Amino acid sequence: MISEHLPALQVVAPLISAPLIVLIRRQSFAWFLATAVSWAAFAIALTLAWRVAEHGAISYAIGSWPPPWGIEYRVDLLSAFLLVLVSGTGAVVMPYARVSIAAELPREQEYLFFAMYCLCLAGLLGIAITGDAFNLFVFLEISSLSTYVMIALGQKRKALVAAYHYLIMGTIGATFYVIGVGLLYLMTGTLNLADLAARLPAVNETRSVLAAIAFITVGIGLKLALFPLHQWLPNAYVSAPSVVTAFLSATATKVSVYVLLRFYFTVFGVEVLFRDHPVDKLLIALSIAAVLTMSLVALFQRDLKRMFAYSSVAQIGYITLGIGLANASGLTGAVAHLFNHGITKGALFLLAGGVALRCGGTDFASLSGLSRRMPLTAFGIVLAGLSLIGIPGTAGFTTKWYLISGALERGSWWLAVLIVVTSLIAVAYVWRFVEVAYLQAPGPDAPRRGEMPLSMLIPALLLVAACIYFGLETSFNIGYARDAVARLLPGAG
Amino acid sequence: MSLGSHFAYWMTIFLMIGGLYIVIVRGNLVKTLIGLSIFQTSVYLLYIAPGKLIGGTAPIVSAQFKIYSNPLPHVLILTAIVVGVATLAVGLALVVRIREAYGTIEEDEILEHDRSDQKQPHA
Repeated sequence: MISEHLPALQVVAPLISAPLIVLIRRQSFAWFLATAVSWAAFAIALTLAWRVAEHGAISYAIGSWPPPWGIEYRVDLLSAFLLVLVSGTGAVVMPYARVSIAAELPREQEYLFFAMYCLCLAGLLGIAITGDAFNLFVFLEISSLSTYVMIALGQKRKALVAAYHYLIMGTIGATFYVIGVGLLYLMTGTLNLADLAARLPAVNETRSVLAAIAFITVGIGLKLALFPLHQWLPNAYVSAPSVVTAFLSATATKVSVYVLLRFYFTVFGVEVLFRDHPVDKLLIALSIAAVLTMSLVALFQRDLKRMFAYSSVAQIGYITLGIGLANASGLTGAVAHLFNHGITKGALFLLAGGVALRCGGTDFASLSGLSRRMPLTAFGIVLAGLSLIGIPGTAGFTTKWYLISGALERGSWWLAVLIVVTSLIAVAYVWRFVEVAYLQAPGPDAPRRGEMPLSMLIPALLLVAACIYFGLETSFNIGYARDAVARLLPGAG
Repeated sequence: MSLGSHFAYWMTIFLMIGGLYIVIVRGNLVKTLIGLSIFQTSVYLLYIAPGKLIGGTAPIVSAQFKIYSNPLPHVLILTAIVVGVATLAVGLALVVRIREAYGTIEEDEILEHDRSDQKQPHA
């Protein structure tokens, strides 16, 4: 039956599409196939998520080699959550890409972009689904290499330098991760994540395992832009094509957070990390630094896209803060924020891409009076901005609520105060947009009134609507996250 | 535990730190990539060296041999080498494009170009 092989198809379908697109070389076919495969992946992810929620985790042996010898694909609640986020973002972003990519890339390069996108999608989905530490590294590099290329496709020559720097940092990160996995393999003789978890307690006390924890934390920290390893992110996000920024901000860093969660809670276990070693304190300290400094830096940017890029680093700080809290509420907040921040930032970057298309840039100077020229876009940015701040009734609020209750459960009221204060900084930087777009008159040489093309506007507004919808109806983002966390934290319910 | 018995590990650490040092210190884009390659190569050694048992043979079932070397690290590292080559290829391709766009591959000169771009955005 084909339905048994859904876990493999989840990765294989986009993986095969990439060489097909390169071989056939037709621009319209490339877009069509990439869109079709994104929607197919989304359908598969939803089916898997539903099946996991009903019947428990799915284990799929690649090539029928039983785990732990063969490579195992393992779908549990957490990985299904990530699969839905990644493939869902892809499915929404692809209809937008057709016009946006045609406007930003030379015609003969378009099909190559879609091939890279398919590879990146396959890599990201693979990371979320695989149950093998080394296979995870390979998928990490598949997604990263295609990401470097997609960033380098940006219009300005700065994009090349940003992609190069990201390549250096990303490769160091991935290599650190492999060193960590190598040390674990030396100590246990296995690469299967579940098997690793079973064998590690016998050697937990050794220096090698401690070194492995350190290498994996730093390596994945580079990939997920954990402060102070985030320097690659703002330049990469700003210079990449609009579609790429929106897709990556919603998926790439989020999948890296998933890897960290997987290693911390499934492989190493809470006791080793948070009782024997002060990993939680380290994470909380770095997260506070990220949230505070990056929110302030975002406040002083002169470019809309760059402001949101710095705000992304700050938001990742909230996610790692939730991981550092290491209780059920904090972790639920962290996992749900993967989704909530994903759709919020995805919406913002899609809208910013439309602004760049119509106004020739996202510099605040060229945005004056935007509400009169592009009323729907400006209103969409404000709504998604409210979700970024965490106003009640938006998706952003639900996670902040869980993070604050997690901080209070831990007895750190000052952390709760900090979350509120940094949200106020977010109010300030979203207000800067409101001031420029609504309260200033359009400049004399401003382009005429007109929204971005409908095929771009509809996906962007769909994500904005999702920010509101998931703020009111929380059965998927919070409910699913809470169940996933209950499996991660034994005894925390 | 002498220096000699851990020779492979000392070499691994030497290459690892040497490679990373070159990545951090060098301002030339190609030299940075060379450092990155050395850094990645050290990991190959980290995996391969423990897979070798003194007196061990390839894992072929035969009554003659009792000690086998573990073949899995070699397979893993074959994959890692492919990943390393791909990374180097993408990196060098980017350097070629950077040279076409900026006319230099020295990091500080590129930064200067970017700064002058910002001062006169339409120049």
